[in-house]
Amino acid sequence: MTIKHSIQTAFRGLETNRARSLLTILGMVIGVTAIILVMSLGQGAQNLILDQVKGMGTRTVIVGGGREPTGPSDAGQIFSDSLKPRDLDLLNRRENTPSVKYVMPLVFGAASASYQSDTYNLTIFGVSPLMEQIFDVPLKTGAFFTNEDVRARAKYVVIGNKVKTQLFGASDAVGNIIKMKGNNFRVVGVLAERGQDFFNFDEAAIIPYTTAQDYVLGIKYFNRFITEASSDALVPQAASEIKSTLREAHNITETDKEDFFVITQVDLAVRLSAITSVLTIFLTAVAAISLIVGGIGIMNIMLVSVTERTKEIGLRKALGATDKNILTQFLLEAVMLTGIGGVVGIILGASLSWAIATGITRFTSIVWTFSFPVSAAILGISVSGAIGLIFGLYPARKAARKSPIEALRYE
Amino acid sequence: MPLIEVNGIKKVYFDGELQTPILHGVSFVVNRGEFVAIMGPSGSGKSTLLNLLGFLDDYTDGSYKFDGIEAKNYTADEIAKIRNQKLGFIFQSFNLLPNTNILENVKLPLLYSDFPESEWGERAMKAIRSVGLVHRALFDSAKISGGERQRVAIARALVCDPEVIFADEPTGNLDSKSGGIIIDILQKLHEELGHTIILITHETDTAEHAERIIRIKDGFVESDTKVAHPQRMGEGDLDK
Repeated sequence: MTIKHSIQTAFRGLETNRARSLLTILGMVIGVTAIILVMSLGQGAQNLILDQVKGMGTRTVIVGGGREPTGPSDAGQIFSDSLKPRDLDLLNRRENTPSVKYVMPLVFGAASASYQSDTYNLTIFGVSPLMEQIFDVPLKTGAFFTNEDVRARAKYVVIGNKVKTQLFGASDAVGNIIKMKGNNFRVVGVLAERGQDFFNFDEAAIIPYTTAQDYVLGIKYFNRFITEASSDALVPQAASEIKSTLREAHNITETDKEDFFVITQVDLAVRLSAITSVLTIFLTAVAAISLIVGGIGIMNIMLVSVTERTKEIGLRKALGATDKNILTQFLLEAVMLTGIGGVVGIILGASLSWAIATGITRFTSIVWTFSFPVSAAILGISVSGAIGLIFGLYPARKAARKSPIEALRYE
Repeated sequence: MPLIEVNGIKKVYFDGELQTPILHGVSFVVNRGEFVAIMGPSGSGKSTLLNLLGFLDDYTDGSYKFDGIEAKNYTADEIAKIRNQKLGFIFQSFNLLPNTNILENVKLPLLYSDFPESEWGERAMKAIRSVGLVHRALFDSAKISGGERQRVAIARALVCDPEVIFADEPTGNLDSKSGGIIIDILQKLHEELGHTIILITHETDTAEHAERIIRIKDGFVESDTKVAHPQRMGEGDLDK
């Protein structure tokens, strides 16, 4: 029997019981849709995160105070006040850190800002004018504060686009005074809109770090040093120079006693994509359970079908069908059920993922690009085919092994 | 060489401890071109005998040579091929595929045959013509009468040009007129085309259309006689 006729015969078998075939397929469709959706959204999330991290600049090396929690016993960040002004001086000396181009201190905290009767909760970033270069944050209006302003602890503020809209609406913000933590700040600039970013600058107030430390946050330390290596190739070198400088400054000899951490953009990308990968794998595994349920549904229906068609099996054998012919027929029916379910599921999953990506991009400030991993499609097709084979085998063997005379007598 | 040679064949059904002997040692020979009726009351073992001859069931003891070879020496795939190429079955309950037209039903054995697909249509139509159903070839097999269904079954049995046709109570589910047409067709297949036919029946009228009657009773051959003048059905053009 040729494969063409085997497929035709299997198709006729499914067609005879159309409603039942469609319901059986539905189980597979839902399972494959779920897998495709999770994988596609996972890939999209990963791309989004990586884009944001890349927005930070490939040469950026971030130094943080405190130790990164590595387990539940490390309650929060200990020594989070470890980055002191002396460290900044040491890192700024090029004999200590020859591969580092510049170092920008960063402090941050939550605050509310008010202008006339409007109040808005935002994040305060205390930075130096290097910020403009490091984060590539163009201003819509006004100008950034200067190093002079930093030394003078000037109460100047550059506000994010959303802050401007919330407090000033359409009217001009530059030159006006806003109040944060009991201090009056003069708005000197407004950032261009950035959309969702690693740091949410749209909802931020950017002030000189000296002002932030003394008047707003009341701290003597820094939360981060944002540094930049002189070239892409020197990023690891810069990171290790920073580490050894700080270790010496803090009298630390053992690596696991470090009271600071250094992350490069590459580290961050790797770490964040690892997190999304784990999440995607976990969710895919959950979705895969529904495929197994779908497969059991297929097996159940095929068993019913084999019993119902006992007489047909007997007849086919009497007319010359071999055991293999019968096995192939029923196995093909099962694989066709799961295969059709797989294809429909892939189309449906991709469409849903596309709709979600479009919806997110349209209705939020996040730019979510639709991503459809080919690996997901291949996985979807092969897994659904395999499920047809695995769960179809038992019923098909049962059919093939029927004795023709008993099958023909079956009523 | 005889086509079918049965020697002391026995069949016992085992159901756990319970043994039910059906055939106690049956012997006969059927040559190519014969039209044999196997007769007997129900429970005599005649259907069991037919199933053994048609390779649908195994015998417990004795010898059955088909085409000179002991049936037990054929492999499962060879048996499938014999059923497909050398045997044609006609059942009491027609056994047509549901939701399938006449042509497709007749083509069914060809699916499992070695005939090239290009010949299928012609072979199937030839078989359908020989049972007088050409004008209905594309009718749904569920929408035709019982007599016509049995004619479709005959066409299906003929489509691979078998050596022998086994008909198991082919008129059992039919009224006498339709049954008559079926017997007439079988007789013509034998007389005009030389087919070997083994007909199972419990009706003497039906059996007397054959050339030879083997009577089975309680698992033994009771008699094996030639019919001097086989009966004939009334004449009639099937395609009417």
